[in-house]
Order: sequence, then C-alpha cells, then structure tokens
Amino acid sequence: MSDIADRVKKIVAEHLGVEADKVTENASFIDDLGADSLDTVELVMAFEEAFNCEIPDDAAETILTVGDAIKFLEKNAA
Amino acid sequence: MFDLSGKTALVTGATGGLGNAIARALHRQGATVALSGTRREVLDALAAELGERTVVLPCNLASSEEVEALVPSAEEAFGPLDILVNNAGITRDGLFIRLKDEDWDTVIAVNLTSAFRLSRAAAKSMMRRRTGRIIGITSVVGVTGNAGQGNYAAAKAGMIGMSKALAKEVAARGVTVNCIAPGFIATPMTDVLNDKQKDAILGAVPANRLGTPEDIAAATVYLASDEAAYVTGQTLHVNGGMAMI
Ligand SMILES: NC(=O)c1ccc[n+]([C@@H]2O[C@H](COP(=O)([O-])OP(=O)(O)OC[C@H]3O[C@@H](n4cnc5c(N)ncnc54)[C@H](OP(=O)(O)O)[C@@H]3O)[C@@H](O)[C@H]2O)c1
Repeated sequence: MSDIADRVKKIVAEHLGVEADKVTENASFIDDLGADSLDTVELVMAFEEAFNCEIPDDAAETILTVGDAIKFLEKNAA
Repeated sequence: MFDLSGKTALVTGATGGLGNAIARALHRQGATVALSGTRREVLDALAAELGERTVVLPCNLASSEEVEALVPSAEEAFGPLDILVNNAGITRDGLFIRLKDEDWDTVIAVNLTSAFRLSRAAAKSMMRRRTGRIIGITSVVGVTGNAGQGNYAAAKAGMIGMSKALAKEVAARGVTVNCIAPGFIATPMTDVLNDKQKDAILGAVPANRLGTPEDIAAATVYLASDEAAYVTGQTLHVNGGMAMI
C-alpha cells in the first residue's frame, strides 16, 4: 500500500471519527462512513492541506470513495 | 460573561455609526479587532484610539477582488478569525417604479453580495476549527418592508435568508450565524432625516426614542459570545418595540 493511501485513510478515519478498519478503498464517504455533504467538503479541504495541492470543485465532486481520493492524490499531490 | 479575550473579530463598516460602536464594544470585551471600511484615515484614528489589539484593513466592498482578499488579510494579520460582523451597508432610496438598475445593483452588491463572500470565506475557516460567529447587521425593513427602499429591503431580507441557510449547514460544527435587525438608530444614516420625519418615526416607536449605536453593539457582543452558543439562525430585533416579530 502506498504512503499516500495510508495518509488518506488516516485523515478519513480521524476526520469522520470512524474505526480505521472500516476505511477501505471501496468505502463511500457518505454511504459507508456516515459523512454528510459538508463532511466531504471538509475532507477535501483536509486533503488539500495535507498534500499541499488544490482540488478543484469539479474534481472534488468525483471523489466519492476512499479509493477515489487516493487515486486523485497519487496523480496530483505535490 | 460575554468575555471575548483571545478572540479575533472583523467588523466591516467600522467607519460608520454602528460599526464604530460595534468595534469598540468587541474590543472592550477583549477581542482583537480588524477594522474595515473605505476611509482609511477614519479607521486609523479609531485604531489609534483603541490602541493594542487592532488591525486596519481598508476594503471597498463593491469590488469582488477586494472582498475576497479581506478575510485572508485579517487571518494573516491575527490568525484564525472567530467573529465576522457584516455591518457595512448603504441606501440608494427611490420609489420602486423609478428605481434605477444601477441603484439596485449597487445596494445588492455592497449590502448582500459582499456579506455572502465574506461569510463564505469565514465559514470555511471557522468550520474547520469547530467554532465561530457570523453576525449580519440587517434592518427592521428587511422584515416589514418600507416604501422607497425596494433595493435595501431586498438586500436586508436576503441577508436574513442567507444567514438561516448557512446556519443550518454549520450548526453542528460549532459555528452560529445570526442577524441583528436595528430599528431607527441615531447615526449619520438617520441624521439626514428632517424633524418632521423624525417625529413620524418616534410616533411608531413605543420606547419613544431613537436607538443608540450602543444598543446594537450590546446585541452584537451577546451573539459573539460563548454564552450565545445555542442561538443560531435567529434575527434579534433591536428596535424599541416598533415592530414586534
Ligand atoms: N442607522 C440605522 O438606523 C440603521 C437601521 C437599520 C439598519 N442599519 C444598518 O446598519 C449598518 C450600519 O449602518 P450605519 O447607520 O452605521 O451607517 P453609516 O454610518 O452610513 O455607515 C455605513 C458604513 O458602511 C461602509 N460602506 C459603505 N459603502 C461601502 C463600500 N463600498 N465598501 C466598504 N464599506 C462601505 C461605510 O464605510 P466608509 O464610510 O469608510 O466607506 C460605513 O462604515 C448598515 O448595514 C445599515 O443598513 C442602520
């Protein structure tokens, strides 16, 4: 597992207050991890901060699962 | 109670009658206050008078670029923003059927759109920290309507609706969003009224006096305080009883 994947999972678990083992790549923030839409916005902001990159709104809308976030950040993280 | 020590605040329209009193009151309660307005000398004079814990940030709220830069400048100067007071406001009165597009647009831009942009920037920062206060100075006429103020009443009513919507989004994150609706307050804005107009106004105010800027400042301090944590999405009417709503 990549370093980015580990960091993403850690951020998600902390931010949403869920057990680390629930944060799998297929887990959907809203459907599986109990996030509301504002939580997902906050998560995106947390990713931006942690990975020092910008996630434009149209890209943010496609980040629905933990795996989506990892994929995006592996490509775009600074 | 109502101690604001260690908190930071940004007050727009701090050069005006109400903004001056609001900035003073927040400062007196211990907050570090960013003073904004277009007249730099007036801001500098107020900052000099208040002394420590002040920052002067001139900004033309009709300019979207300047508005977007305001919250970041405040946070650069004193760290994360805890209290935003959207107080600046203008009137461009006219009978509705003669109301000019330009007067509509300017009033909406300065009174409402700037508050939207500043609230958006502030909410983003407050939400992350799970704490914050956004306070909009609206007007009784935003609720009751007023002949000759179609543009102004629309902007003020808009601010109330906007605040309620934002309040619902951020309530679970420790951020409250409220409005204060002054009635008739003695300031430069109301100084332009003639005596006949003032008498007519007093006839409609059970308290039988105009309000003072300090009446509004006290309400602001309350809503900004930790004690008001459970109050959100509300409009606090401070109007001597002229409209009981
Ligand atoms: N006074 C009342 O009876 C009353 C009643 C109900 C509601 N209100 C509301 O209370 C608020 C304060 O009113 P006030 O009586 O204190 O009015 P005021 O003395 O006329 O002050 C208006 C303030 O708005 C600022 N402002 C105007 N246009 C601006 C712009 N383009 N960019 C930046 N700042 C701008 C002015 O700053 P500069 O002068 O530096 O440009 C000034 O500080 C307003 O929102 C008003 O609608 C007042």
